[in-house]
Amino acid sequence: MSAVFEEKIHQTLADPKLQLAIFAATGRLMEKRRKAVNAEVCPDFQELRTQAHEVKRHTIDHLDYYLDLFERNVIAHGGKVVFCKSATEVADFVLGLAKERQAHLIVKSKSMTTEEVDLNERLEHHQLQSVETDLGEYLIQLAHERPYHIVAPALHKTKEQVADLLTERLGVPRETIIEKQTMIARAVLREKFLAADIGISGANFLVADSGAIVLVENEGNARLTTSAPKVHIAIAGIEKMIPRAQDLAVFLKVLGRSATGQPLTVYTSFLSGPRRADEIDGPDEFYVVLLDNGRTKVLADRDKRESLYCIRCGACLNHCPVYRKIGGHSFPWVYSGPIGAILTPQFLGVNHEPGLPFASSLCGACAEVCPVKIDIPKILLELRSEVKKAEEREGTSRLERLAFRVWAWVMRHPRLYEMAGMAAAYLAPSTDGGGWVRRAPSGIRVAPLDAWLSQRDLPSAPAKSFRQLWRERR
Amino acid sequence: MPARVSLFVTCIVDQLFPKVGVAVVDVLERLGFQVDFPERQTCCGQPAFNSGYREEARQVARHFLDVFCDAEYVVVPSGSCTSMIAHHFEDIFEKEPENLERARRLEPKVYEFSRFLLEVAGVDDVGARLNEVVTYHDSCHALRELKVKDGPRRLLGHVRGLELREMDAAEECCGFGGTFSVKFAEVSGAMARTKIDSIVRTGASAVVSVDSSCLMQIQGALARAALPIRTLHLAEVLASR
Repeated sequence: MSAVFEEKIHQTLADPKLQLAIFAATGRLMEKRRKAVNAEVCPDFQELRTQAHEVKRHTIDHLDYYLDLFERNVIAHGGKVVFCKSATEVADFVLGLAKERQAHLIVKSKSMTTEEVDLNERLEHHQLQSVETDLGEYLIQLAHERPYHIVAPALHKTKEQVADLLTERLGVPRETIIEKQTMIARAVLREKFLAADIGISGANFLVADSGAIVLVENEGNARLTTSAPKVHIAIAGIEKMIPRAQDLAVFLKVLGRSATGQPLTVYTSFLSGPRRADEIDGPDEFYVVLLDNGRTKVLADRDKRESLYCIRCGACLNHCPVYRKIGGHSFPWVYSGPIGAILTPQFLGVNHEPGLPFASSLCGACAEVCPVKIDIPKILLELRSEVKKAEEREGTSRLERLAFRVWAWVMRHPRLYEMAGMAAAYLAPSTDGGGWVRRAPSGIRVAPLDAWLSQRDLPSAPAKSFRQLWRERR
Repeated sequence: MPARVSLFVTCIVDQLFPKVGVAVVDVLERLGFQVDFPERQTCCGQPAFNSGYREEARQVARHFLDVFCDAEYVVVPSGSCTSMIAHHFEDIFEKEPENLERARRLEPKVYEFSRFLLEVAGVDDVGARLNEVVTYHDSCHALRELKVKDGPRRLLGHVRGLELREMDAAEECCGFGGTFSVKFAEVSGAMARTKIDSIVRTGASAVVSVDSSCLMQIQGALARAALPIRTLHLAEVLASR
């Protein structure tokens, strides 16, 4: 584990206000989901999860076919598809187009994919202003932070902190009522919408048979982003594909319920191509940027390919007892929580943060709530094995590897195992069972033992192991 | 002739909580089973598997198969170890067809303790008595990988004198997670404290579970907080009279 990762975790745990904010917000989201997937209100929810998994499996297994179909249908509706291999290519495309259209201002609706490529920073580097219009994202942009959560980017901020932020950055009088804070942001953002040259959105789904993108949202900002400016660019990972519009009957049902406990979000937009001659609004130009950025690498890996089924609902974060303690910013990349723990090592390599796949108790709460049934714990286990193989190649973690080799050898030799147990019991302070010790016996310094004792007591060694009692009993 | 049951006591019970093993034997013998303890047993290999050391885990798992492959039934007082054997041996032996075959033959004979009582012995009342208010902690692997949820509660429901009070976070992880507990000690400790807060709110004087590893984590945190609440494995409750 890197020192940075360790330090961020430590800081988050040491901040009682932050702990409370994370725990309360994720708790509310869990409760909302629980009510929305309850068998009384959604009797077929479990069946829908299975269907969603199957549709995604089919789509990802035949992604080449569907990408081609999608592209042809976008073109047929007057739009353009741009394939980008990397983050740089996305930025280059947007910058190039902005230059051609003499654009100065971009409005953006929420998109994790653009976070992945640091789009705002790249654009600002070229004096192109890019404004986030989702309320949470706008706050995060004002604070120069990155999203704390896939769905709720400002989940960690209290309304008091938001009040300070707005006053500091916008020079408005301090306001702690959330509705009024929203109105402050709204007044700023309306002007931006009207003045923007380009609107950039993400896409919740790419619909192959319609050449359309689907956006779900609650604030209406995505609608304005995609219809007010003359140019609309949707940026999405290639894995967002679904084959048919009718598959939305499954996905829209599971997405809203899993993310925010809503049967449907307030707005669901189905966008295909630029404004037609008989339409009164919509952009003149419509582009869909399809991003690889490591996805084809994951696609090639049969064991972990299902990582690409993710529809970014954030339920795994809310239900993860580790996320609920370490929060979103402890994670080394834009995707946090269990899904981040499996995507980051696959997109950026296991060495980006070798500790990440290990930051889980493998409790399985993530897989239990995942609307597309990704077996996250299984993938974490695969990644752990990959980290260890990498360490062996690089000659690091020698002591731990040796310890496990010795351990495995002892475990295959029952007599040795018994002797080792007796030796450990002899060294350990014995209070004949039932007793719990607070400190390691003097002179014994073992890192894992110290780590255990830093948080909780240790059981003292019983006078006799079970096998000794068993022999006495017979 | 009563069925023969092989006990896989697990390394943690063998070394740290032998009373749990004794309680399992007591309950099974009272129900008329002939209990056998294959003495060459050690561990299922899970610590290495969960830490990313697949080859080391495989070596230990092979040893497990050697010891238990001819058993009629294998009873395990742990949801986590049962799940390792029943589910993850499949992954471990993916490329060893012979061992995979042995693991698959063994799999239907391996039972987590509470499930064995309900499904094989066919009892939900073992004649136990314990005058105590308890709460039940769902260990993650028993709950999510083995779907053990109502079973232990049914068994507890038939214990005379016992009152079961559900905690609000029964299904939330205690934070143990094997080597996670020491690799991310601070996070693990914080999770344990959240768990014990929930336990304390019930007013119960004992926490019951089907996994001694979770109970070690919970009891360790309770002891550190100097809270007078004890932990009991389900077998210990069912062996009480």
